[in-house]
Amino acid sequence: MASISMGQGLLVAGLLFAIGLIGVLARRNIIFILLSLEVMANAAGMAFVVAGYRWGQADGQIIFLLILTMAAAEVSVGLALALQLYRRFKTLDVDAASRMRG
Amino acid sequence: MLHLLFLVPLLPLAGFVLLTALSGRLSRAQAATIGVGSVGLSALVAVPVGFSFVISPPSGDAFTQTLWTWIDVAGFKPQIAFYLDSLSVIMIMVVTVVGFLIHLYSADYMREEEEGYGRFFAYMNLFVASMLTLVLADNLVLLYLGWEGVGICSYLLIGFWYNDPANGRAARKAFIVTRVGDTAMLVGLLLLFTHLGTLQIQPLMQRASEQWVVGSSITMAAAGLIMGGALGKSAQLPLQVWLPDAMAGPTPTSALIHAATMVTAGVYLIARTHVLFEMAPVIQTTVAAVGAGTLVLAGFTALTQRDIKRCLAYSTISQIGYMFLAVGVGAWSAAIFHFMTHAFFKALLFMGAGTIILGLHHEQDMFKMGGLRRQAPLVFWTFLAGSVSLAALPLVTAGFYSKDAILAGAWASDAGGRWLWAAGLAGALLTSLYTFRMVFLTFFGEVRTPFHLKVGIRLWLPLVALAFLAIVGGFTDLPQTLGNQPWLSDFLHTSLPATEELATGTVLNLQIVAALVSLGGIALAYLFFMRSPQLVESVVRTPVGKALHQFWFAGWGFDWLYDRLLVRPFVWVARANRNDVFDQIYAFIAWTARIANGILSDTQTGKLRWYAAGVAFGGIVAVAIVVLI
Repeated sequence: MASISMGQGLLVAGLLFAIGLIGVLARRNIIFILLSLEVMANAAGMAFVVAGYRWGQADGQIIFLLILTMAAAEVSVGLALALQLYRRFKTLDVDAASRMRG
Repeated sequence: MLHLLFLVPLLPLAGFVLLTALSGRLSRAQAATIGVGSVGLSALVAVPVGFSFVISPPSGDAFTQTLWTWIDVAGFKPQIAFYLDSLSVIMIMVVTVVGFLIHLYSADYMREEEEGYGRFFAYMNLFVASMLTLVLADNLVLLYLGWEGVGICSYLLIGFWYNDPANGRAARKAFIVTRVGDTAMLVGLLLLFTHLGTLQIQPLMQRASEQWVVGSSITMAAAGLIMGGALGKSAQLPLQVWLPDAMAGPTPTSALIHAATMVTAGVYLIARTHVLFEMAPVIQTTVAAVGAGTLVLAGFTALTQRDIKRCLAYSTISQIGYMFLAVGVGAWSAAIFHFMTHAFFKALLFMGAGTIILGLHHEQDMFKMGGLRRQAPLVFWTFLAGSVSLAALPLVTAGFYSKDAILAGAWASDAGGRWLWAAGLAGALLTSLYTFRMVFLTFFGEVRTPFHLKVGIRLWLPLVALAFLAIVGGFTDLPQTLGNQPWLSDFLHTSLPATEELATGTVLNLQIVAALVSLGGIALAYLFFMRSPQLVESVVRTPVGKALHQFWFAGWGFDWLYDRLLVRPFVWVARANRNDVFDQIYAFIAWTARIANGILSDTQTGKLRWYAAGVAFGGIVAVAIVVLI
C-alpha cells in the first residue's frame, strides 16, 4: 500500500473542514447544518489519524474514537433541537429562530 | 431633687413620641391631655428643681448631670449631659411655665383643627424639648442639637397650615434665613474645637481665657461667628426679615416660639459664652450696636403696621434688640431679666391678640377692630397689663424694671454708652407709642367688628396668670433706688459677671428720664390715635410722610433689598444654568455609552449562522496571529 505523506493527508482534512464550514455558514436548513458539522468533526478526526500515522502512535486513533463519541452526542442534541425548531416554527430554517435579536 | 433634672426635657420629648406614635388613634381630649400634660409635668419638675437650687445651691453653684457619652471619636467626646447653673435655672423655669400656659391656651385655641390637632401638640412638645435641651446643654454640640431642633420645629409650626402656599413660603424663609446664622455658628464651633480641643462649655471658657489673648484675631473670629448664629436665631439686623413672616403660623406658636422662647436663644447663647465676648470687645460692642439699631428700626416699623400680629412681631424684634444691647454693654443679668419679663408680657400679648383674632373670625387688621374694651373686658384688662409692661409704665410693671436695668447698663458702658443709651431711650418712646396705638385702635373707639367668643377657662387662665406675672415679675429685681433688692441679679452673678454699679443719683435721674419717656409715649399715642387721628392722617398724607410710612411699613425695605441683592441673582444664575454645565460632561459619557451599545446590539442579529461566522472569523484571526507573529 502506497504511503500517504502527511501533507496530503492534512490537505484533505483541511479541505473537508472548509467544506463543512461553508456548509454551516451557507445552509439554512438545520439538518444540513448538522450534517456539515459532522463533516467538520470528521475532518478534525482525520487530521488526528494522519498525525498518529505519521508518528506511528495509537493516540491519533484513540482521539478519533473520542471524536466519534462526541459527534454522536452532538447529533442527539442537534436532532432534539431540530425537532423543537420544527414544532415551534413549522420550518427547518434556522433563521426563523431569531428572536434573540439585540 | 436636682437629680430629677433629666425629666425636664425628657417629659416633653416623651409627649412628642407618644403623640407621633399614636397619631390618628387619639381622641382630641387625649391628644390635648398628653400635649399639655407633658409640658405641665415638666414645669412641675422644673419649678421644684429651680427652687431647691436656689435654696441650697450645690457646690460650685452648678450641677451637672451626665446621662451617657454621645460620641467618642479621637478626643471628640461630647456627652448627653445637663448643666444647671443660675442662668439655666431661670431659663428652664420660664420656658416650662410659660410653655405650659401657652399649651393650655392652645388646647382651646386650636379647637377648629381636625386632622392637625394632635400634630400641633406633637410639634409644640418637640419644640419645648429642644428648647430645654438647648438651655441645659453641658456642651456646645448638644446645644447645637437643641438649636437646630427649635429651628426645625419653628419651620414645622410656621408652615402648620400647609394648604396655603404663602405659609410654606414663610416657613422656608424662616428656615433659610436662620440657616445663614446657623452656618456661621457651626463654623465657630469647629474653630473653637480645633483650637481649644473641647466643646464642653465650662472647660472651653476656661481654656479660652487662659490660652487666648484679649482682642486677638482668633478670639474675634470665634466670638463673631457665634454672634452670627445668635443674630439669625434672634432675628436681629441684618437677619431679622424672617420673624414678621413667621406670623403665618398659629398664634400660640407665635407666642411660644417667636416671642417667649426660641428667639431669645441667641441672647442665651451670648450670655452662655460671655467669656468669649468679653475677650473680644469689638465684637461685644458690635452686638450692642446691632441691638440698638434693631430696636429703633423695628420700633418704627411696628408703628406703621396694620396687622396686630405683625405689630407684635416687630415689637418682639425690638425687645430682643434691648436684650442684645444689654449683653453688648455687659449688663448680663439685665438681659436675662428682660428675657424673663418679655417672655411673660409678650406671650400674654400674643395670646390676647389670638383671642381677639379668634373672636373676630380671623380678622387681624387693627383698623377693623375697635371698641373691644366693653365687648371683651377680660381680654382688655389682661392685654392692658401686657401693654403697660411692654411700654414700661413706671413702678408697677415688670417691663419698667428690666428695661431700666438695661438702660442703666448702657449708660454705664465705656464703648459709646451715651449713644446706646439714647437709642434705647428712643426705642422706649417708640415702644410705648406703638403699644398704645395698638391698645387704642383695638379696644377703644367705635365697634367695627362684633366679638363672638365665649372665653373658656383654658383661654382666660393663661391670660390672667401671665398678666399677674407681667406685673409682679419685675419685683424680683428691685434697683438700688427702689428698695435695693436685686435678688435676681445676685442670683445670676454666680454664673454671669456682675454689672458696674452706678451712683444712686445717676440711676435715679436715668429712671426719671425713662419714666417720663414712657409716659410721654403713652400720652402721644393718646393724642395721635384717640383724640385727633386726623393729625396722623395729615402727616401721612404729606409726600415725605407717605414715603416714610411706606418705607417703614415694609420694614425699611430689607425684604426688597435682599430680593434684589440675593434672591434674584440666585434665581437668575439658577435659570441660566438650567442645563447644568458640569452635568454636560456626564451627559457626554452617557451618550457615548449609549451609542456604543447601539452599535454592539446591532451585531446581535439572533441568526445562528451569523454567530457561527463570527466564531469562524475569530478562529481565523486567532490562527493568523499564531502563524504570522
